[in-house]
Amino acid sequence: MRQFIQGIAENNHYQATHLLQILRQIQSRYHYIPEAAIEQLSAALSIPRTQIISVIEFYSFFHLAPRGQYELLISDSITDHMLGKKSLIDYLANKLGVVVGAVREDGVVSLDNTSCTGMCDQGPAGLVNGYALTRLDRPGIDKIVALINQQKPLDEWPGELFQVDDNIYKSGLLLNRQIEHGVALKSALKRGIKETLKEIDNSGLRGRGGAGFKTATKWQFCSEEQQTERYVVCNADEGEPGTFKDRVLLNSYADQVFEGMTVCAAIIGAKQGFLYLRGEYLHLHDKLQSILEQRRQNGLLGSNILGEGLDFDIEICLGAGAYICGEESALIESMEGKAGIPRNRPPYPVTQGYLGKPTVVNNVETFLAAAGIAVNGGDWFANIGTEKSKGTKILSISGDCAHPGIYEYPFGTTVQTVLNDCGADDVLGVQVGGPSGTFISNQEFDRKLAFEDLATGGSFIVFNASRNILDMVHNFTHFFAHESCGFCTPCRVGTSLLQKQLDKIIEGHGSAGDVVALEELCQLVKNYSHCGLGQTAANPILTTLERYPDLYQSRLKEISYEPGFDLDGALETARRMANRYDAGAHLAQLEVNEHE
Amino acid sequence: MSKTITIDGKTIPFEEGQTIMDAAMAAGVYIPHLCHQPEFTPHGSCKLCTVKVNGRNCSACTFPAADGQDVLNQAEELIEDRKKITQMLFVEGNHFCPSCEKTGNCQLQAVAYHLNMLDNHFPLFYPDRKVDASHAEVMIDHNRCIFCTLCVRASQQKDGKDVFAISGRGIHKHLIVNAQSGLLKDTDVDASDKACAVCPTGAILVKRTGYQVPIGERIYDHKQIDQVSLSTEHPKHGE
Repeated sequence: MRQFIQGIAENNHYQATHLLQILRQIQSRYHYIPEAAIEQLSAALSIPRTQIISVIEFYSFFHLAPRGQYELLISDSITDHMLGKKSLIDYLANKLGVVVGAVREDGVVSLDNTSCTGMCDQGPAGLVNGYALTRLDRPGIDKIVALINQQKPLDEWPGELFQVDDNIYKSGLLLNRQIEHGVALKSALKRGIKETLKEIDNSGLRGRGGAGFKTATKWQFCSEEQQTERYVVCNADEGEPGTFKDRVLLNSYADQVFEGMTVCAAIIGAKQGFLYLRGEYLHLHDKLQSILEQRRQNGLLGSNILGEGLDFDIEICLGAGAYICGEESALIESMEGKAGIPRNRPPYPVTQGYLGKPTVVNNVETFLAAAGIAVNGGDWFANIGTEKSKGTKILSISGDCAHPGIYEYPFGTTVQTVLNDCGADDVLGVQVGGPSGTFISNQEFDRKLAFEDLATGGSFIVFNASRNILDMVHNFTHFFAHESCGFCTPCRVGTSLLQKQLDKIIEGHGSAGDVVALEELCQLVKNYSHCGLGQTAANPILTTLERYPDLYQSRLKEISYEPGFDLDGALETARRMANRYDAGAHLAQLEVNEHE
Repeated sequence: MSKTITIDGKTIPFEEGQTIMDAAMAAGVYIPHLCHQPEFTPHGSCKLCTVKVNGRNCSACTFPAADGQDVLNQAEELIEDRKKITQMLFVEGNHFCPSCEKTGNCQLQAVAYHLNMLDNHFPLFYPDRKVDASHAEVMIDHNRCIFCTLCVRASQQKDGKDVFAISGRGIHKHLIVNAQSGLLKDTDVDASDKACAVCPTGAILVKRTGYQVPIGERIYDHKQIDQVSLSTEHPKHGE
């Protein structure tokens, strides 16, 4: 092991910023991070062991205790649930002889849940040793169980288990045609750097991650900073449940994304760029590396690009299972080899980003669009869309519809148009923008996709009339509690309290006043949290409470007070140990007549 | 003319580089806080110092003062919400003031009194947390840790060590120490370290000092925390 770790440390030039990449390799080899590795790394990277442990304990894909040689994770997104995830994971656990969350006694396999893996159009999905599994069903699971029990190496598993499809159903401005390699860069250089920034400004392009900050303004600010060492970062930590368009863009349009980054580098004067790829998209890693290598050989990356004296290269950083790293300053912390905790702002990344240097962080789709604008000019983009939302938006559509997949629309398109196109009938409502977005009911389908109405990073989940809205709210609320980084009090404690209070109501233990208490708590978490995660964590409850108050009220007991502590629930462990499930082993804490 | 902000209508001067908290403290205005101590880099995590700056919620300890800012500190809504944030800190840990040797000297308790907190409001979490009494002179009672990171910062910035760190994610956050055994006795901590003196609660205690000052004669037994804070904590000057 000493030699193995020494080798990795050396390959990473003993840089502490590479800690995540180093730990990924150790986890992959040993299926945990052994104590000896921590000790050795601490010395090799000259960082305290506490920093290594805090990184291991922060990211879902790192473990201090051994996981199975086959680490199986099943995606826990609402879309997976809608496709029968619960019964599948039970079936899988039963077939494998392992408890969910545990390692099988022989150490061969471990099974657990994981947050949305970005395969919502081809779920139920999962990961085995980090590689995406799609369209899981019982026959597929039987195959997987047999392969694991025979201890077949992953590269001998049938390819169809890992097949990931693009499922592009509707193309527009951006997806219609691929830009020939190098053309965006050549156009930008020919037109002139300043003029190209002007075109991007004229295009009205706003960040596609959801916040919608004007791209040209961000690039301009960064280029005006005094510090001349600057960085370009492409945020491909696509963690919002229900979003998967960046996966498709990187699978089929990666060259154009890299080209957009290179145009940005030319404009802001950066020599180094990074693609922060979420760990769940490990299957794309090698392909992206070879595209980067190809671009270097073609003179589109590296030194003296296109013979124009431009130096720029791109490195890929893989994440390790943390939704919060989609927040740009948390992403930068993660790139620096630390836990993904959002920074205090100001200063903003354009002033002090990666390693304290001016940094532009943009979404995959933003760079894709920027490359298109560099070729076709600002008007090409600005002529489409609405006044405040120019151009098109690429949607990831999943849930109850005939054709889940990728759809590109001009901004200003109504929800009804989208629903017609994807083949959704009998629709109850749509979650727009993922759990952090808005739930809209079937009374609002004339609303428009645009920053000024329904802003979205691309997630569009359809629910039909057979679905229970509270199941969705429950799933999303638990997701936020699981993904809260824990830095600030309102989010760390508040998201857990939201989970408790919501469960109390859903499970029928709520009484008069509990919905009011829930709403109060929502406001507190929303108004006082440090970053976007906490500020939006209450949205699933708030947006459904606003539209379906009766749904919540109907779950309440008709008594004035029910304690937060479930006495009977607390006895569950005792009942299991005593193997007693008779009436005498249960307690009622309040004698009530519910029919009163 | 020097630059000013207004806090609750009162005009307050500030120097370039000061935060709202710095300016307020210098002018004798108390903003409740737990994770902040002027001698260390501001952290901005407890959120007790949330004020409204031109209508927007900001952490006073990290937000830079800028000319003409209109700051609300004593708004009823803010006071009520700060009380709830304090209640959150109480329910996520195990805080039993009557049996805690820090009672009367505890900032968490003092802030709770200051905000007129009379109950927990939220359901208790009853987390299973440990006590590390392995070290001869210093002990950690994890039940009382509120993750303010003052010990982490003090160890790095004042003691020139790296004894403490916060690990884990979300509600599973916890304090760890720099030793293979995970125990305080195997670290290079010293009872005279600044890190052992900054804990706002009773999570880090120097042994055999707990009852040297009798209950009833302790810091917050006779004074409110605002008064103590303003007379003992000295704000950072602008650079």
